[in-house]
Amino acid sequence: MPAPARPRRVQIMDATAVDRALSRIAHEILEKNKTAPALVGIRSRGVPLARRLAAKLETLEGKAVAVGALDINLYRDDLSRVGDHPVLRRTEIPFEVDDAVLVLVDDVLFTGRTIRAALDGVMDLGRPRMIQLAVLVDRGHRELPIRADYVGKNVPTAMDQQVEVLLQETDEGGDGVVVVGGGGA
Amino acid sequence: MNLKSRHLLGIAGLTPEEITLILDTAEAFAQIATREIKRVPTLRGKTVINFFVEPSTRTRSSFEVAEKRLSADSLNFAASASSLVKGETLLDTARNLEAMAPDFIVIRHSQPGAPHFLARHCRSAIVNAGDGAHEHPTQALLDAFTIRQHKKRLEGLKVAIVGDILHSRVARSNVLLLQTMGAEVTLCAPPTLMPRDVESLDLRTTYHMDEAMEGTDVVMMLRIQMERMQSGFFPSLREYAQLYGLDARRMGLAASDAIVMHPGPINRGIEIMGDVADGAASVILEQVSNGVSVRMAVLYLLAGGGDEDAA
Repeated sequence: MPAPARPRRVQIMDATAVDRALSRIAHEILEKNKTAPALVGIRSRGVPLARRLAAKLETLEGKAVAVGALDINLYRDDLSRVGDHPVLRRTEIPFEVDDAVLVLVDDVLFTGRTIRAALDGVMDLGRPRMIQLAVLVDRGHRELPIRADYVGKNVPTAMDQQVEVLLQETDEGGDGVVVVGGGGA
Repeated sequence: MNLKSRHLLGIAGLTPEEITLILDTAEAFAQIATREIKRVPTLRGKTVINFFVEPSTRTRSSFEVAEKRLSADSLNFAASASSLVKGETLLDTARNLEAMAPDFIVIRHSQPGAPHFLARHCRSAIVNAGDGAHEHPTQALLDAFTIRQHKKRLEGLKVAIVGDILHSRVARSNVLLLQTMGAEVTLCAPPTLMPRDVESLDLRTTYHMDEAMEGTDVVMMLRIQMERMQSGFFPSLREYAQLYGLDARRMGLAASDAIVMHPGPINRGIEIMGDVADGAASVILEQVSNGVSVRMAVLYLLAGGGDEDAA
């Protein structure tokens, strides 16, 4: 199949849209939990998103919100299939996981396998009372029975497309979400 | 990023980037030891054979703990119980091990080059856990990891390695690693225990321990191998302890924040005095803990492909 010289890039969220989605999610988190839960960002882009959500929750609540970072590479189910093992980063959860209400934060929800790995990773650190999931983009195509509690934007995609989330903290340029590739239309 | 080779046969051949990758990865594994559940499922279903043809307790235990924490299945194949004493060749033994389809073979052998030999004949990834007086790469990596934890760097550090340099694979691997990473190494030993071709290495050597200690940031003591004492390398243990033993006075010559290392097992009162081994500057037990993290990192990285997969 001849690949197009330059895959199509369509921006579906700009910086304002990303910020508004996070603001809404912050409100939804408080609506559902009464008091702010601890946030756990999944490396790498879930971490800055978790920090931003925490900042919004802190403004709304007026008190500090705990944020952790989770590296799921050791829990992946495809390690024996990928040639290059991803560079391991530290998991940093600076609070007690036992009996806590946690919100996992990631950029894109796709097959659900990352979240499965994250759940195993968190469970090895303790026994949380409840785990919820917040994602900036849900692009569908789940392969496991997993769903998000908070979604920034639902984006129907084709399997051959990619969804890129760009954040100031990790990428050149400003915030945004771009859908790359795809043959149709 | 990955290691270029699918085996870890020695420090020789590793680039500074690869060494840094291993140490950084070990950093991520170190925290697993602090958790309630000290196990991750990463190497589930992988088989590791610990093939120890030379006696070893701590290196083998360290590898075993690392393997178990990664959820690998491991089995020990020890020299005394094995067919090697019945006259089977190394190659035949290796082929028998291979027939069990292990993913890794961790080998300790008294003959230098034995791991390299296995690497040529086996499909499994080979990890050198010490081959004769040649190399002991995971020891050098855990030493570097420990130094980096305390000093935040390796480059430009003054490191003194004192003791039986001649027979020490630990010294050789450490010299290779520290020089690759830009540390300044000083070797100190009695003339009989200094390798003859040491001038070919670009480092400082001395027969006087006080000179080696002067301003050093790290002092690595090597074990005097009692089993070699018959060979007359020095007149008496008492004399050795006086000339090359690490005591509080000699520690006073080192940098004020110097650390003391020893690969173990230590001979108290010979190469190192009890008060120094148990003192505030000693990181000897940290080395043992770090050994597990570093070995987990090595197994993790080696499981991630190698030559064939290189893009």
